[in-house]
Amino acid sequence: MGLTDSDINAIWLTIQLAFTVTIILLIIGTPIAIWLAKTKSWLRGPINAIVALPLVLPPTVLGFYLLIAMGPNGPIGQLTEQLGLGLLPFTFWGLVIGSLFYSLPFVVQPIQNAVEAIGQKPLEAAATLHSKPMDTFFHVILPLAKPGFISATILGFAHTVGEFGIVLMIGGNIPMETKVVSIQIYDQVEALEYAGAHRLSAIMLGFSFIALLLLYSFQKRGLANKFRIGR
Amino acid sequence: MIKVNSKSSSIVANLRTSLRSDSQVFELEVKSKFPITGITAILGESGSGKTTLLRCIAGLENNVKGLLEIGETTWLDDKHCVPTYEREIGYVFQDARLFDHLNVHGNLQFAVKRSHEKVKKVFFEEVVSALDIGHLMKHKPDQLSGGEKQRIAIARALLIKPKMLIMDEPLASLDNARKQEVLPYLAALQNRFNLPMLYVSHSTDEVCRLADHVIVLHQGKVVIQGSINEVFSSARLPHVYQRETSTIIKAQITEKNERWHLVKAEFDGNMIWLQDHNQSIGGTVRLRIIASDVSLSLNNEKESTILNRLEGRIASIQMDSRGSTALVTIDLMNTEIVAQVTRKSIDDLFLMVGMKIWTQIKSVAILG
Repeated sequence: MGLTDSDINAIWLTIQLAFTVTIILLIIGTPIAIWLAKTKSWLRGPINAIVALPLVLPPTVLGFYLLIAMGPNGPIGQLTEQLGLGLLPFTFWGLVIGSLFYSLPFVVQPIQNAVEAIGQKPLEAAATLHSKPMDTFFHVILPLAKPGFISATILGFAHTVGEFGIVLMIGGNIPMETKVVSIQIYDQVEALEYAGAHRLSAIMLGFSFIALLLLYSFQKRGLANKFRIGR
Repeated sequence: MIKVNSKSSSIVANLRTSLRSDSQVFELEVKSKFPITGITAILGESGSGKTTLLRCIAGLENNVKGLLEIGETTWLDDKHCVPTYEREIGYVFQDARLFDHLNVHGNLQFAVKRSHEKVKKVFFEEVVSALDIGHLMKHKPDQLSGGEKQRIAIARALLIKPKMLIMDEPLASLDNARKQEVLPYLAALQNRFNLPMLYVSHSTDEVCRLADHVIVLHQGKVVIQGSINEVFSSARLPHVYQRETSTIIKAQITEKNERWHLVKAEFDGNMIWLQDHNQSIGGTVRLRIIASDVSLSLNNEKESTILNRLEGRIASIQMDSRGSTALVTIDLMNTEIVAQVTRKSIDDLFLMVGMKIWTQIKSVAILG
């Protein structure tokens, strides 16, 4: 297809980033989603709002705050420096943290919807059958909410692949470190290399279409867990 | 019938909880002690707190205070609350609650794997055959009828090898035909597995048929409790159930009369005739004599179509101050029977405690 080394590096980096972010989001997003689905606490509203913020906030705003927080005077920056990790802006892991916030609603909401659709009933039945909470998670919630988890994985991955603004704010465009596909396209357009931009854009378009096609064909089967974004 | 004398054979439930939904607050306050053997029914209208009481016993309600002892095990007191998954109960919900992602076999294995006691293959097969679900093993829950789902839910609860089976109106969601399909299994269950059962129902028919012991709830409080006969023959039975006041007795079939299609049943030295429904001689039957089906007469009216007439003495007369009726308890040979008559008749016949009287029983329901 005539991809340059720089293109391939950008694609590989994007896949690494999206993979890392999706795995971490599934691990931290699942308890948040289950808590949100079940809680009657007054905190439900505020936490829901915070999780959904990246849906409406310009990525530049989120990126700006994260840049400050991860900088030498920010709380995250001070922590990472004390831990001997250095500063995170303009590094791969800085990008990971930014993407975690940015893609959080895309992972939390499908899981939350699926868990809400299951309701308390099967969970109570499991408890009366001597199933402890973790046992119930793996053998009742996970299989029953499977379409929700699949949606969360596809959306989390695809959305991380598609981010741009936040990467620009906290990642810059360092090859092999923070230069992901969307940035590479931006650079190519800036440099008037339209042929290169066409190739990568077509790949992104194809990828996004296939991801969404997968998502909606899964939903046809799991009718109860229709994906909704924004609540 | 049932002896409650030692702590180890009874359930002590002194529970308080309040449920909030929208603007409504429901308070449950129960003080009860009932035997851990046989079938204990919790009877009450909808909204009386029956299900909430069961949920408190199972540990499914969060905000419960008080004391809950099952035999020698404490599930709830001031300091501890044993979580649901450690309470050795089998719970059958009104709506079956099978796991949709598992087939019938998977649902049953879910219990088998988590039982605290090893479930032997023989026991598994016995449960499957007792509920007659062997042919359904490969089915998914959405392919089952309501009655089948409920039978599988009961089997699943049995396979956890519980110390007590809790059933929340297992028949309520079923139509009449399905009810008749499940009811015989329930009646047989207790005998076959010798498992104490706690059974919630709003149907006096079901309760009279199944229960040994009854707790009647009204607006979150226990209004009356005792053995099935004590409760149903009591003048303290709540107003809504007053028409259901009855004597419930166990009788033994001693003789068949082929010519009239009748069988003779004896209880505590008394004898009555019943319709012949192929009961076997020597077998026991549970009979229900509704108080309003019993009339009283000063002498033995032999020229009457009423077949069953028993002589006794009036033990007590309780007037219903709000209505026209009175509940008369008659001492038979070694047992008592209740009759609901009008207050006017009591006055007309000058009925008084200690008087000799003839009871005329118009109909007897055979509960199996």
